[in-house]
Amino acid sequence: MSGFDWQFFLEVLVGGLLSGVMYSLVAIGFVLIYKTSGVLNFAQGSMLLFAALTFVSLVERHLPFALALGITFAVMVLLGIGIERTVLRPLVNKPPITLFMATLGLSYIIEGAAQLIWGTQVHALDLGIDDTPFVVGGVFISKFDLFAAGVAAVMVAGLTAFFRYTRTGLAFRAVADDQFAAYAIGLQLPKIWAAVWTAAGVVAIVAGLLWGARLGVQFSLSLVVLKALPVLVLGGFDSIPGAIVGGLIIGASEKLAEVYLGPYFNGGIESWFAYVVALGFLLIRPSGLFGQKLVERV
Amino acid sequence: MSFSISSCVRNRAWLVPLVVLLIAFGVVPLVGGTYLFDAILTPFLVLSLAALGLNLLTGYAGQLSLGTAAFMAVGAYAAYNFNLRVPHLPLAVSIILAGVPAAVIGIFFGLPSLRLRGFYLAVSTLAAQFFVQWALNKFNWFSNDNPSGVIDAPALVLFGINFDSSVGRYLLTLTMVTLLTALAARLVKTQTGHNFIAVRDNELAARVVGVPVLKTKLLAFGISSFYIGIAGALWAFAYLRTVEPAGFDLDRSFQILFIIIIGGLASIRGAFLGAAFIVVFPLILSRLGSFLLGSIFDSGVLDMSQRIVVGALIILFLIAEPNGLSSLFARISRGFPKPLTPET
Amino acid sequence: MSSSAFTEPLTSLHAGPQRTLLSEPTRKYAAATPDAALRLEAITLSFGGVKAVSEIDLTVQSGEIRAIIGPNGAGKSSLINIVSGIYQPDEGRVWIGERQYRRVPTQRLASLGVARTFQNLALFKGLSVLDNIATARVAFRRAGFLGQLIGVGRARREHEDAFQRAAAIIDFLDLAAVGDRLVGTLPYGLQKRVELGRALVARPSILLLDEPMAGMTATEKQEMARFVRAARDEFGTTVILIEHDIAVVMGLSDRIAVLDYGRKIADGTPVEVRTNPAVIDAYMGVAHEGEEESR
Repeated sequence: MSGFDWQFFLEVLVGGLLSGVMYSLVAIGFVLIYKTSGVLNFAQGSMLLFAALTFVSLVERHLPFALALGITFAVMVLLGIGIERTVLRPLVNKPPITLFMATLGLSYIIEGAAQLIWGTQVHALDLGIDDTPFVVGGVFISKFDLFAAGVAAVMVAGLTAFFRYTRTGLAFRAVADDQFAAYAIGLQLPKIWAAVWTAAGVVAIVAGLLWGARLGVQFSLSLVVLKALPVLVLGGFDSIPGAIVGGLIIGASEKLAEVYLGPYFNGGIESWFAYVVALGFLLIRPSGLFGQKLVERV
Repeated sequence: MSFSISSCVRNRAWLVPLVVLLIAFGVVPLVGGTYLFDAILTPFLVLSLAALGLNLLTGYAGQLSLGTAAFMAVGAYAAYNFNLRVPHLPLAVSIILAGVPAAVIGIFFGLPSLRLRGFYLAVSTLAAQFFVQWALNKFNWFSNDNPSGVIDAPALVLFGINFDSSVGRYLLTLTMVTLLTALAARLVKTQTGHNFIAVRDNELAARVVGVPVLKTKLLAFGISSFYIGIAGALWAFAYLRTVEPAGFDLDRSFQILFIIIIGGLASIRGAFLGAAFIVVFPLILSRLGSFLLGSIFDSGVLDMSQRIVVGALIILFLIAEPNGLSSLFARISRGFPKPLTPET
Repeated sequence: MSSSAFTEPLTSLHAGPQRTLLSEPTRKYAAATPDAALRLEAITLSFGGVKAVSEIDLTVQSGEIRAIIGPNGAGKSSLINIVSGIYQPDEGRVWIGERQYRRVPTQRLASLGVARTFQNLALFKGLSVLDNIATARVAFRRAGFLGQLIGVGRARREHEDAFQRAAAIIDFLDLAAVGDRLVGTLPYGLQKRVELGRALVARPSILLLDEPMAGMTATEKQEMARFVRAARDEFGTTVILIEHDIAVVMGLSDRIAVLDYGRKIADGTPVEVRTNPAVIDAYMGVAHEGEEESR
């Protein structure tokens, strides 16, 4: 096919894949919580915003990078424990929809609190990565995106190792598999849930910093959660590899659609294309690519 | 000891709504000022209608929808276009008809409910939210090629009477909402209404017993979106007096969902209680805030405080009173025992 | 004993206006085998490598009370789920009357004259007892939702009919005191009874009861047994019953099939089954020849 700009296509594709990795970062936080407690945490986005805002405000007050990071981590731990105690524990036997709606309320609280404390202006976040593009075979690749992909890879490897080789990780998996059985063998569920939400908080920090560096730290950061949902739908709500693959697919197809289909519609497809893709997949495979099929006992 | 269907209990239930209606129609228009109508009563009524629609779908039929605002937008733009392009069509008819395209789109985005449950279905409704917002923005035909994309709603003249005053708009909204509420109250008592609840409570058992599950779900989406569409038209024509996509965003969808959670899922009067709360609460908070904190309490602080309090209330209601204000009021009047019989 | 239930005139337990309702004849199915209301032919079903049921043949005569018993995991609930179309067997056929099915259409169970109860209760918690039972008449109502809204003519007649039948069933099952209550507020035993009522109101020819007496006290069990027998005697309903309480089963059933590890190991009258050595072995946990030791 003469005249088809393969270079451009590759550029868009790679850009899409890398952007998809950013989505996966957010989705992984969801998966952690869903895997262990069956809760779809809509507040993940606001946790992201909160983490980013806390870090950025500390750095702006001239705290060194490492110290700011440490304090942010401590804050997210406290947040995780607080959430477990005030929201999750009282709602422990309620249906998943109730918990989802509770996280909706939670997201409002966290967003409101974050901005009440730190203000509503936009903050720039500089992670020290110079965003000059690489050129590989004539294709432009963003350095920043590559860095983010690298971070994601490290995080996934770390989490996988954690789940497989540590006791706490094993406990997480046990709780994810069967809460009652885990409880019966003496695993302290509240402690585990607090730990899970803290882990999700750590993921939120990583994702928040990366997204904040890219978009600037502002209120709309919490809206990345809306991009994570189609990723989860595709990859399954309880699978980390699924979150990665789902993110890649969503990111790539979204960018490609915007560039190649967008002009027919005057652009702007990106706002809904991911959802339509997810919907299409759902109708073929209702539990996502990697998700576990639930067998209902009647 | 024979069991007979008691009808006398029902008669008393009509008393309170009747009194409320009498006051609403007869007393309020005479004593109320423009601020009361424009800022409180009219938006309250419109939001109640939207919440009623969503409650039918999510509260009664158990299908979670996060795309309410999209269907409101469809209604608003449909009413505008009907009024603009169909000659001699009375405005009231345009507003009512606007429910039809909303219902059609609602059914379309409800089709996935055949295979999807819970969160997955919510994702489908989010698709509706984003797609509709984009489509109405993109295709200028909807806004009649208006360069700013914001349309001024035409004046409310019906059957020669000019409703275009605060009181007029209020009365028009009140009439439509009253009629639609009466229909909804009737609907939940019919077999169809019970089918909704059956599908929500145990879809498998409903299927086994013979409830037509897919048809019931689609009916729920359709009727719900019909109501929500009309609410959207009223929002644009009777309240804002402009038609613009901005007010029909995801935050609006969440707001309506919060209304039914706070007011009470699966409850007709819950829609009204929740809407009353959502409308009145920011006003109270704003007054209280400026009173207590003075100038620190600017609109930004108000917004954020509102978010926090609403979020906290959602969680509180989900924990303590899952049946919302509706159940809370009923319990207080009965001295706090849990309900043994179904409420409306 | 079984076929005469059809020709006997149906009498009402309670005098009064309900008499006309209860004296309607129930549907009769001419079956491939005379008098067989239900037949399972070589039914096999596996779940990912685990054989739930294997080569099950079962015949149920019209108007008989047929029990299916066996140790836990023997496949009893799977059979009921197959008959109600929730599972599709890998092999075999289900005959309901003259019609045979690979997968029974769950949506049309009511019009086929089949109704069931569930092991773990499947009531509509948001509805009252009366509404729960009346909802089961939905398959016999033709009026659309607009007609129901307006509430005249056919819609109105059907509505009244449904509620009258529900009221009759409520009387029949001694539930009159709680007719208006939300089912979720009732004690477990009563909820089970409501579920039976919901199944009965559709005047089924075949009634599938999945452990209707699980978790009940001795008195409640006797009451339930009384109702089940009355349902058969009154309406000529064929009953297929899964139950663990052997004493109840022996007293209530006409014939019993015994399952173990997904296979039928005995089939006959209560006396025959009680003295069958294979059945005793199964319940004592003695491994059969050729079967693995571990469960």
